[in-house]
Amino acid sequence: MTDHDHQARDLASETELSHALVGAYAVDALDESERTLFERHLAACPDCQAEVATLQEAAGVLASTSLTTPPPGLRRDVLAQIGTIRPLPPLPVQPTLAERRDELAARRGRRRRWTSTVAGVAAAAVLAVGLGVTQPWVDQPDELSPAQQVLQADDARSTSVELGKDVRATVVHSDTANSSVIRTENMPPPPTDRVYQLWYERDGVFEPAGLMPVAEDQTVQLNGEARGADGVGITVEPEGGSEEPTSEPIAEFDFGPAA
Amino acid sequence: MRSTEPVASGPPAPGGPEALGRLLQRSSRGDHAAFGELYDATAARVHGLALRVVRDPAQAEEVTQEAYLETWRTASRFDPAKGSALSWMMTIVHRKAVDRVRSAEASTRRDLTYHHRTSTPEHDSTAEAAHASLEAHRVRSALAALTDVQREAVELAYLGGYTHTEVAQLLDLPLGTAKTRIRDGLIRLRDAMGVGQ
Repeated sequence: MTDHDHQARDLASETELSHALVGAYAVDALDESERTLFERHLAACPDCQAEVATLQEAAGVLASTSLTTPPPGLRRDVLAQIGTIRPLPPLPVQPTLAERRDELAARRGRRRRWTSTVAGVAAAAVLAVGLGVTQPWVDQPDELSPAQQVLQADDARSTSVELGKDVRATVVHSDTANSSVIRTENMPPPPTDRVYQLWYERDGVFEPAGLMPVAEDQTVQLNGEARGADGVGITVEPEGGSEEPTSEPIAEFDFGPAA
Repeated sequence: MRSTEPVASGPPAPGGPEALGRLLQRSSRGDHAAFGELYDATAARVHGLALRVVRDPAQAEEVTQEAYLETWRTASRFDPAKGSALSWMMTIVHRKAVDRVRSAEASTRRDLTYHHRTSTPEHDSTAEAAHASLEAHRVRSALAALTDVQREAVELAYLGGYTHTEVAQLLDLPLGTAKTRIRDGLIRLRDAMGVGQ
């Protein structure tokens, strides 16, 4: 048995274990370490996200049997204190239900293609040439950094994917700048000995576009050319990255038809 | 009698659960009046859960207060596509209540500076009480769909604030079994109440 088989099996059993925790998570019945483990899984599992939401809704019903009006002073205190707290801004791009459905349908169609690619990948992960992501915001006071050129391009277009509660990744791409930038919010770290790898998808072929540094909130520029790409994907890969994706994407950003 | 209609899991707020979502939305833009309305429409339920989990009235009030401030701060993150506004708020208060009972500090510490308000539960308005008794009836019928051990496991976890490991010990179940019972119980409850579909 190859190392790769072991890895695949470990990941599968980790997923299975995490699925089993979905009910306990919905009622906050996990201890701290289980919660962390499960939230890492949750960020990448739309099925669990949906199940958690409906089970939380069900659990909430149990609370309807115990209503207790708090003392009036509490209302006064709460309303006085909100004056000192700034509400958070919305997360970028709130897709409508219809968009969400379309995205889901697209993802289902896409997954088959990813899977067939994955099946054809050699077991050993080979280091791709030119991996590594350029950090934007280099000190160039009078000149736009390459990342800023993308973000400020007239044809810059943004695609967001929600990976979990408060976890979001947004890809901005521009044909004129011929590049893309990804911004993450509250991104959990990848599993041990794994990295997040970025890919451009072009006609069903996946081109390595760099590895993401481990950070919750960051903005990084992808390697490679945005022009003509159909989208961007993120997969979890063995440390050092892979030449081709060896797992299904945890997030996909469809560029849609060119403007 | 079991209904196939989605349960209006919101309190008797004017306009129903969707109205709560709109109040949250207005709150996210800094609308104090909207937040006041949201508070009035949900306080009995939010505080009821905090009190049920935490037990100690003074600490429950702190939890309720923290939950509302968190709700105010993160109102823009509520996504109606993912569930009801009430469920979103109940999730916030539940997490805070559970964190409170689990923190070892809380069991010994007594915040002396905290002004302990009257802890006598006030009588709920007639409309709210009527709605509650109707809903309590539906919850009781839905709970009847669960096996005894499922119901016990779900209640100990959600209302008791125990971890699934503690629930397993309390119910004398093999380790790892409780999380399955909790999940199965919640699924049955969900299906019986017709929520989240």
